[in-house]
Amino acid sequence: MAANTNLPLRDRSTALIHGRKRTGERVVIGTLASAAIVSILVTIGIVLALLGPSLEFFRDVSLGEFFTTTTWAPLFTPPRYGVVPLLTGTLSTTFWACVICLPLGLGSAIYLSEYASRRVRAAVKPVLEVLAGIPTVVLGYFALTFLTPLLRSIGWQVDIFNAFSAGVIIGVLLLPTVASLSEDAMKAVPSSLREGSFGLGANRFQVSTRVVVPAAVSGIAASMVLAVSRAIGETTIVLIAAGQLAQTTLMPGDAVETMTAFIAATGSGDVSVGTIAYKTIFAVGLTLFVITLALNIVAIRMVRRFREVYE
Amino acid sequence: MNAANRTASTAAANAVASSLVGRRQRSVGARLFLFYLVFSTGFGLVALAVLLGTILVDGLPFLDLTLLTGAPSSNPGMAGARPAILASIMVAIVLVATALPLAVATGVYLEEFAPRDRWWIRLIELNIQNLAAIPSIIFGILGLAFLVRGLGLGPVLLAGALILGLQMLPTVIIAAREALRAVPASVRQGGMALGATRLQVVWREVLPAAIPGIATGSILGLSRAVGETAPLLMVGAATFVSYNPGLLTQYTVLPILIYQWMRLPQADFQGLAAAAIIVLLALLIAMNGFAIWMRNRHERKW
Repeated sequence: MAANTNLPLRDRSTALIHGRKRTGERVVIGTLASAAIVSILVTIGIVLALLGPSLEFFRDVSLGEFFTTTTWAPLFTPPRYGVVPLLTGTLSTTFWACVICLPLGLGSAIYLSEYASRRVRAAVKPVLEVLAGIPTVVLGYFALTFLTPLLRSIGWQVDIFNAFSAGVIIGVLLLPTVASLSEDAMKAVPSSLREGSFGLGANRFQVSTRVVVPAAVSGIAASMVLAVSRAIGETTIVLIAAGQLAQTTLMPGDAVETMTAFIAATGSGDVSVGTIAYKTIFAVGLTLFVITLALNIVAIRMVRRFREVYE
Repeated sequence: MNAANRTASTAAANAVASSLVGRRQRSVGARLFLFYLVFSTGFGLVALAVLLGTILVDGLPFLDLTLLTGAPSSNPGMAGARPAILASIMVAIVLVATALPLAVATGVYLEEFAPRDRWWIRLIELNIQNLAAIPSIIFGILGLAFLVRGLGLGPVLLAGALILGLQMLPTVIIAAREALRAVPASVRQGGMALGATRLQVVWREVLPAAIPGIATGSILGLSRAVGETAPLLMVGAATFVSYNPGLLTQYTVLPILIYQWMRLPQADFQGLAAAAIIVLLALLIAMNGFAIWMRNRHERKW
């Protein structure tokens, strides 16, 4: 008897918690779950696509030659596979991008978060979003046909294609990203911290620099690491404005070839499958992937740490 | 505490602070700092203005009907961008039909149904965050290895659109999740209390409420994809195409055509590139305008 009265009750409670088990419902949720799996497949696909040909490449070319020699001429005879010029090229454009986007992005973020009135913020933020949405081919055009001639007209004899112009314009592209992510981090700082320091007689300059920025520092740092990662991976602007001359130089006025520009230039040309020139695309791609992956993980971890503090 | 509340109290604190500060002489450091902030913000705004000005000055003289209706030609006087414009629109349509539903489905699953505490769900989330920051050229390599060479699809429009779709996924997934998260829990609880299943609640209540946010995020992802150049270079979009594209024909999209024209030695092609940039920007503005209209029309305040 006891069992009989208990059973329907238990049934009823599970029915309330889990709802009726409908097959149709399960199928739909299963379908949605399989959509989520696609993103994992994309990552696996990327790793497989890069690893296979790269392993074949490194069977022919030693890691020592790849990372320590300084001549990159995979399509010449005899071919040379020293990736250092591509690394210095990437370093050069990334450096100038950072010189622009890190300080100016942070400045914009502090202004928008701590100083600007609501009306100014409502006007400025969409404009910065537009800047972030300009296609990179347009920015490349701007670097090549506006900035480089401008530099030459003020007496700096840069090459037609140069690391400085490309880097500065990448910086302009990334400025809104740094600004927006850093501003989010500062917005997450509780206003009680600000009010407390205002109450102690601090002015806005002191509150911004000694309270808000230190409190939001991991979010700000994450936005900067992400910007560095994006600058390293930017392709179209460097392809158009930095040139395709693989030389080991850090001079801002020199033409350079970045890792991304090499991949794009070689991949868009007519390279036959299976040749070692074809495999260089993947070897350089793997190098690029590992560098940006490391930076992304650092950025994601930093964001997570900053979230734990205030939520 | 909600955002409006926080802003209001910050504003109040700021007002008190400025009245206090106003009476004192500001330190040199504080003035220099304010100058740095205003300069930083102004820099981005001025850069955008100069950029648009340059494009308009270079491109407007070359913007005519031939550009919209003609096909690419080695003669700058006759060259047009019609096949590229059509291909860009077709790419956008393919993306709306493939990547968009996939991304929204992923967002709905992760936000509404996924068991949050399981390690594989966390792995999927971490993976999406990382995918969002992978260089676009890497997606091009993926397309080159699997779609164009591996599947033997060749350098066709569908292959390019699929690669852009995969690249677009994380942006739209993240936007969709944020839009769904903004729908208050009371909506879900109300639906369930009336006896609806979780799926019914999501399909009839939560998703319609999240549509404006999802649409905005989708358009953002779409316009990035339509303006993208690098990955398409890898999957063979950089060809001379003078006919109207189909799904399985060779193609060139607007950004690639701009890239090619820019590299030609004749000065007239620079102008044509700038004119094509105006067309591309107009296309993107139209898409974003649609998103804003959509958001304003369907926006609900909770």
